[in-house]
Amino acid sequence: MNRYPLWKYLLIVAVIAVGLLYALPNLYGEDPAIQISHRDTPVSAALGGEIGTVLDKDHIRYKRIEHEGDTYLVRFYDTEQQLKAIEPLKTALGSRYVVAVNLAPATPKWLRDLSAQPMYLGLDLRGGVHFLLQIDMGAAVEQVLDRDETGMRRFLMAQQIRYTEVSRDKEALYIRFPDATQRDKAETALGTEYTDLTFSPVQRDGVPALAVHMSAAALAETQRYAMEQNITTLRNRVNELGVSEPVIQQQGKDRIVVELPGVQDTARAKDILGATAGLEFRLVSQQGNAANVERTGNLPPNTRLFHERNGSPILLQRHVILTGDYVVNAASGFAQQSNSPAVFITLNAEGAHLMSDATRNNVGRMMAVVYIESKPVTHMVAGKKVVSHQKSEEVINVARIQEQLGKRFQITGLDSPQQARNLSLLLRAGSLAAPMTIIEERTVGPSLGKENIQQGFNSAVIGFLLVVLFMAVYYRIFGLVANLALIANVVLIVAVMSMIQATLTLPGIAGITLTVGMAVDANVLIFERIREELRNGNTPQASIHAGYERAFGTIADSNITTLIAAVMLFAFGSGPVKGFAVTLSIGIVTSMFTAIMGTRAVINLVYGRRRVKSLAI
Amino acid sequence: MFQFKQTHINFMSKRHLWMAMSVILVILSIVALATRGLNFGIDFTGGTVVEVHYDKVVPLSKVRESLHAHGFKDAQATNIGTAQDVMIRVAPKLHEDRSKIGDQVLSVLQASAGGQVVLRKVEFVGPVVGKELRQDGSLALLYTMIAILVYVAFRFEYRLAIGAVIASMHDIIVTLGVFAITQYEFNLTVLAALLALLGYSLNDTIVVYDRIRENFRRMRKGSPVEVVNTAVNQTLSRTVMTSLTVVLVLLSLFFLGGSVIHNFSVALLVGVVFGTYSSVYIASSLALLLGISKADLMPVKKGEVDDRP
Repeated sequence: MNRYPLWKYLLIVAVIAVGLLYALPNLYGEDPAIQISHRDTPVSAALGGEIGTVLDKDHIRYKRIEHEGDTYLVRFYDTEQQLKAIEPLKTALGSRYVVAVNLAPATPKWLRDLSAQPMYLGLDLRGGVHFLLQIDMGAAVEQVLDRDETGMRRFLMAQQIRYTEVSRDKEALYIRFPDATQRDKAETALGTEYTDLTFSPVQRDGVPALAVHMSAAALAETQRYAMEQNITTLRNRVNELGVSEPVIQQQGKDRIVVELPGVQDTARAKDILGATAGLEFRLVSQQGNAANVERTGNLPPNTRLFHERNGSPILLQRHVILTGDYVVNAASGFAQQSNSPAVFITLNAEGAHLMSDATRNNVGRMMAVVYIESKPVTHMVAGKKVVSHQKSEEVINVARIQEQLGKRFQITGLDSPQQARNLSLLLRAGSLAAPMTIIEERTVGPSLGKENIQQGFNSAVIGFLLVVLFMAVYYRIFGLVANLALIANVVLIVAVMSMIQATLTLPGIAGITLTVGMAVDANVLIFERIREELRNGNTPQASIHAGYERAFGTIADSNITTLIAAVMLFAFGSGPVKGFAVTLSIGIVTSMFTAIMGTRAVINLVYGRRRVKSLAI
Repeated sequence: MFQFKQTHINFMSKRHLWMAMSVILVILSIVALATRGLNFGIDFTGGTVVEVHYDKVVPLSKVRESLHAHGFKDAQATNIGTAQDVMIRVAPKLHEDRSKIGDQVLSVLQASAGGQVVLRKVEFVGPVVGKELRQDGSLALLYTMIAILVYVAFRFEYRLAIGAVIASMHDIIVTLGVFAITQYEFNLTVLAALLALLGYSLNDTIVVYDRIRENFRRMRKGSPVEVVNTAVNQTLSRTVMTSLTVVLVLLSLFFLGGSVIHNFSVALLVGVVFGTYSSVYIASSLALLLGISKADLMPVKKGEVDDRP
């Protein structure tokens, strides 16, 4: 009686050891740091040296420079040195790099190698902005229908099917026909040509008509595409803000969450999220030498001077062949013949028209893709903030026109698949697939964040100590054992939350503390049962045994009901409710382990294997 | 050492009195909810809240004046905590770019303040989100109740399941009633607290039920009332102990946790007190009222050994 097999001890020790290991990163705190990344490509290894030189030149002390994946991270000893370093780095590296202020976890390397990371702190604890954006999916659908409308008109004309009028409402197009025969002919013909649309015969104002809807699959595809493209666009724009660790996530079918830790200037953040961007296709001019033009400023007729991403000048024709508005889709891949990286572009009907006209007589010439972005810039004029819109234009790609181009064409001559991916992303992300509005915004100032952490932490620690004291006084040795379990429980909760990288918020801290208060319940149940057995005249050993056996069913039932509640909360709740549910469920599971298996193990060690006359309970 | 003596209180003898008391409490709560309603926070109503800190005391009338002068006619300004901390609420407007209201309010304050203004918090919630949240919140509660009803009915007995669910609803309605009467702000964290309370209250009830079931199986004689009475007495020390530890934690959160979790701890404090009471009186009284008897809880021979550690 009251002995545990060795494996159970080993299991408990192992679980607690792993828990300690993964809870450990939370103790190290954070270094003020600057994160440097390239806008398009992973940073080169040589950049590290460059950063070092810049900092040394300005006598800025730094801890170390780390190369991690796609970015460089410079750690500093204090925020003063960190803030001093921003401007020199920005100036030296130029606009191709994003220089972002960051608080990097000071977790030692051996822990990071085990992918042990501290918990992610919610915005209420670290300060920053949270946006919830709503995509107008109706507008995305309208756009697609608009595009098809032109195509269908052309198609019906080509098929010599007479129609009288096309009209539309929010979700559908209506094509009216002079008689039912024409309508039935149209239905068959259109049905085979436009497979992602559904056509149903209706009466409209007393005449036969076809109602055109998007098929369920096409509708889902359109919405998925709009979501994807808007997220990509937002990501590009957030890049502009130089925020480290931004969160950009889909929420539900038509919402996007953007979280920008550490951002204070929300007006600027909002302007940039709403920035407009676009694309232009232009022919490369055959006259003049761009370098000379830049030096002298003498433009040949009908040309404009642009710059490529690397800064070199290029002369393009003033006439714009096509803008990005006509691009329906862009995907990266490999060209069939040459197997070199390529971007496949699909234009809408009107765009195809313009493109084929422009390229018919220009096969063999070079065509450039210009990326235009208009973003607000804040200046200080006489002590007041003045916002003006700055337009930046950049040539992102130049390629030779191989043949007359139409609806679908490809751009080749790219350096790498990475570059192809970026170009397709820019082509798509130039503009939003559908308009978005901010439906929720929360800003937490940095001082409030610090205060929240302080108060949350203090109240949690004091609540915990009160429970520990209470248990020790009331249950003596058994209370001390329960307290060990309680401590192990907190370590395990922190470890699990760090492992799954759950976001710790203030209600989350309250949740952990509450779990501590409730976690003793299992031990109270067991200990009260042991006392009861003792009162009934059982021997100490038998009482311990019976206490654990009998209480287990009760604990399991009561915890499972709570767990059901927590799971339901997670499934149907949102925001803080979800966060609370996560901590609650983790707490229930870990407390079952520590309060039942853990305490039993210690009590078996103390009281097992010997004759006991009385229990300190 | 000190500990609870085994009590022999005849709880069930006064069960009708307490039941009547609970019915009155629930009715009062519902009346309060219907007449006064809950003071919903911005999470639920939508609108804009700006919290700022001045470096010196600025009269609220001055803050209001400058806001009214700049077109925020419906803005309310109140002090929170200290006279230097001001909270401004603006109801959701239908026109304009609503998401910019927070920035506008802040710039008005910065331009016309009688001192340095530091931003502490800006929250803007569109009206749609709040409405959805109210729906999601009530749905979450409803689904949770159903899931628990099914689980308890399956593990115990349908009469106990109904008792458990009614007892927890009792706790939640009374807590909501307290919020309606005091007009404390009801926000998302309070909703989370209510849901945690649901878990806690059930926990308590299940422990008592478990003992009732055990006693029905072990005690050879005794009327249902006696059996239930014994169970409540046997679990009383545990019920009180656990509630005490939870209350200790909550008091610490209440006094030291800061404004964000203040209402969270209020909701739980009220709920835990009523939850403890309802698990002693309401849940078990309901089981008796619904006519639970020994025969309902006798074990099915096979499924008894599955819950050993």
